[in-house]
Amino acid sequence: MNTSINDEPRKNAIVRRRAERVAAMANVRTWPLLIKIFLLGLLDALGIYSLFILAARRYWLAFIIVLIVGLLVNWIYWNNKGLAAKYLTPGLIFLVVFQISAIFYSGYIAFTNYGTGHNGTKEQAITALMQTSLTKVSNSDTYKISVLQCNDKLSFLVTGSDGVSKIGDSDTPLHVADGISSENGESSSVSGCQTLSFNDVLNRQNDILQVKVPLSSNPEDGTLQTSDGQTAYVFKSSLMYDAKSDTMTNTKTGMVYRDSGKGSFVSATGEELVPGWRVNVGLSNFKRVFASNDMTGPFLRVLLWTITFSVVSVASTFMVGLFLAIVFNDPRMRGRKVYRSILILPYAFPSFLSALVWAGLLNEKFGFINQVLLHGADVPWLQSPTLAKIAVLIVNLWLGFPYMFLVCMGALQSIPEELSESAKLDGASAWEIFRYIKFPLLLVSIAPLLISTFAMNFNNFNLIYMLTAGGPTDTSTGMNIGSTDILISMVYKIAFVGADRDYGLASAFAILIFLIVAAVSAIGFRTSKSLEELY
Amino acid sequence: MSAYINKQGILKTVGVVSVVLIALSGCGSSDGSQQSAQTGKTASTLTIWADADRVATLKDVAQKFTDKTGVKVNLVQKDMGSVQQDLITQVPAGKGPDIAIGQNDWTGVLATDGVIQPLELGDAQGDYEKIAMDAFNYNGKIYALPYSIENVALVRNTKLAPEAPTSWDDMVATAKNAGTEYPYLLQVGDQGDSYTMYPVQTSFGPFVFGQNSDGSYDSGKLTIGDDNGVKFAQWMQQQAKDGVLSTSMSADIALSKFEQGASPYLISGPWNISAIKKAGIDVAVDAIPSAGGQPAKPFVGVGGFFLSSKTNNKIAATNFLINYVGTDEVQEALYNAGGRLPALTSAYKKAIEDPVSEGFGKASENGVPMPNITEMSSVWQYWNAAEVSIISQRGDAADLWGQMTSEIQDALKK
Repeated sequence: MNTSINDEPRKNAIVRRRAERVAAMANVRTWPLLIKIFLLGLLDALGIYSLFILAARRYWLAFIIVLIVGLLVNWIYWNNKGLAAKYLTPGLIFLVVFQISAIFYSGYIAFTNYGTGHNGTKEQAITALMQTSLTKVSNSDTYKISVLQCNDKLSFLVTGSDGVSKIGDSDTPLHVADGISSENGESSSVSGCQTLSFNDVLNRQNDILQVKVPLSSNPEDGTLQTSDGQTAYVFKSSLMYDAKSDTMTNTKTGMVYRDSGKGSFVSATGEELVPGWRVNVGLSNFKRVFASNDMTGPFLRVLLWTITFSVVSVASTFMVGLFLAIVFNDPRMRGRKVYRSILILPYAFPSFLSALVWAGLLNEKFGFINQVLLHGADVPWLQSPTLAKIAVLIVNLWLGFPYMFLVCMGALQSIPEELSESAKLDGASAWEIFRYIKFPLLLVSIAPLLISTFAMNFNNFNLIYMLTAGGPTDTSTGMNIGSTDILISMVYKIAFVGADRDYGLASAFAILIFLIVAAVSAIGFRTSKSLEELY
Repeated sequence: MSAYINKQGILKTVGVVSVVLIALSGCGSSDGSQQSAQTGKTASTLTIWADADRVATLKDVAQKFTDKTGVKVNLVQKDMGSVQQDLITQVPAGKGPDIAIGQNDWTGVLATDGVIQPLELGDAQGDYEKIAMDAFNYNGKIYALPYSIENVALVRNTKLAPEAPTSWDDMVATAKNAGTEYPYLLQVGDQGDSYTMYPVQTSFGPFVFGQNSDGSYDSGKLTIGDDNGVKFAQWMQQQAKDGVLSTSMSADIALSKFEQGASPYLISGPWNISAIKKAGIDVAVDAIPSAGGQPAKPFVGVGGFFLSSKTNNKIAATNFLINYVGTDEVQEALYNAGGRLPALTSAYKKAIEDPVSEGFGKASENGVPMPNITEMSSVWQYWNAAEVSIISQRGDAADLWGQMTSEIQDALKK
């Protein structure tokens, strides 16, 4: 008896283990395995291919990330354990690629001075400064040139307008050379040198652009340079870069420009050379938002209007949508289906298109609303700061109520009829049934949607940009903003409109928007959760 | 028991090995193709960004260039609205083109961002219309090879007004006799349009900025706020009171009113001509008569080919631009495709044989280049807003104009 009792669990364990093994064998089916091999193979092929490219371009950080992610993915899918990881991995990778990396990148930009005049790296800025400082001497002759390869050096064989042929290279000033043979009146070759064909010239473009042949032993006379490989002019550079001391010197005035640490070369008198380059500026973009005379005021005003706009939009669309849903949910209403389809129409049009049409309808002199509905009144719908705000809210109500109508309708239909019937038996009035039974139950399912609608409206760029473009413009602030600008349209203007684009500042604003929306959503979801627990 | 494990282990090993094989075969073949591309002797490729119309037109000359030099030309079709921003972001990343088509008013921003470089045209410079060269002159350097010139002029419905007006008053009187709703059509829009309004403004005198002797603008000399500017502001307000100027008059509405015959005159550019002709209206184009006593000077916008600051093909690109795009044939082809006058003088002379183009050309003779300095963007903002305020009767014209001047001055000081 005793032994049999003791044996029982052991036997059970053996049976279970055997069953598990059989089940594991059954899991390794041939076709799914082949598909798995094929897909992982494709993925690894892509991974190795990109590793080669990344290594060739020396992007080591990206190389390491791709390598680790690749190994991790292979490990996860060849491992028998970790079923959850198998489901989560693709989603996580896409989340990182498309969301988190973008958030981190704009986070990084917010701490830089990236914008007009600070657009690239320091090397690029120096190259651009050297390019623009090169000035053609105003009375320069036009020199017909051929590019020669003499020993290891590139030389210019030059024929001036006086017909005299000379030769020189970057180290040797122009001089009359021996053994010049000419063709059609133009010098073409010199003994001991090889003349480059036009194709050779094209293959060595960057070397040839570097050739600066001094006109004479006096550097003040300038150098001969070519930009097309066939003609050369006398150039002088107004700036000189000294890599050792990291300074730019104006060759005419002798003014020295130093790296100011703020992304540009600045002289002792405060004169700045453009272009500069992109550098980290710490919190200065955020400081400008919160503690500068010309930006904090406008920012707070826009923030206030953005919140008003989102809250009023959510409230108004919800009220209208709910009202219509209740009306159309009443079985006594005839032809409900037809009405419902018509009501959903505004939702079916792309919102930017509707906004454009509304802009036309609201035109002061020629719009349908003033001309026909208001009998020719000149109501400045989009010109007056207050009316423009009202117009934006009305148009957004029109655009947004069908969605609320749809979701309220669905939620109402999912509330069991028995609840209201039993309430009716208990003597509750229609209003009481709605107020104490239907509405609370409705809120449980609708509240999360209200929060997401709020977040959507907070960034409702389409409507503002297409209807008013943020206007009417408010010139009382130093910024390019208007009465109906919401935060996201203001960010767009800072980043992409006009000649003074400031991506750093725009990113700082974008991060603030993110924080506000995240905070509101978090609070909202917590509240809606408590709603769920209550009922 | 061990048999099970082994079987599974074998399957797994086979699986891993085949994954590696697939992976290696994939990269093996790609490596091979790369090598063959490197060993084949191909000269460099010239990448050009252009909009749809220009891409179609440039195909022939690109082919010619390739035949002659062996340099391939890669014409990338871009939306004109995105070229400027894409240049700014993609050139520093090394993904920009060698050459890009653009407008002269971008020059300041692009140069400030270090994404374009001066183009040495040499002796060819004299072959172009002077205004086209001035338009691309930024800090004393020419930054593009120009190909088109565009500006607003007085577009006239020849049925309603058979003769060109001799003066502003003559124009208004003709319209009155024709019995049309408006004496002339001039777009304003909700955001204001000081560009289209500019020839009328200059007929009163004020420029925005002073010009240097070489044609470039001097941002230190703000000239907009003088007495003549105030006179213009008052004139604008009076016209708005008379119902001629209105912020409701958007570009679309002005065009459709003209097509409906609501006025014999429309102040507009060559971009609207084909639509007007399609609507079956016979038009003539004249210089804009003076409303304020001095010559009306429209802004002249010039289209051109910019050279990227990071190009590795500068010699090929310079050759392509000067010797291929800068020829009558190509400039005329671009004119035929876009309707804008060519910038090359010889092609320009041929193009103005067409009476409509001749009218735009005449109007441009007084014109000033569209400013390309970066300071202009804050000017546009306040300028447009002030014109909207004045036309909407939001205060005294002189006060609003003076307020605008000080706002612009403040913005420029920053």
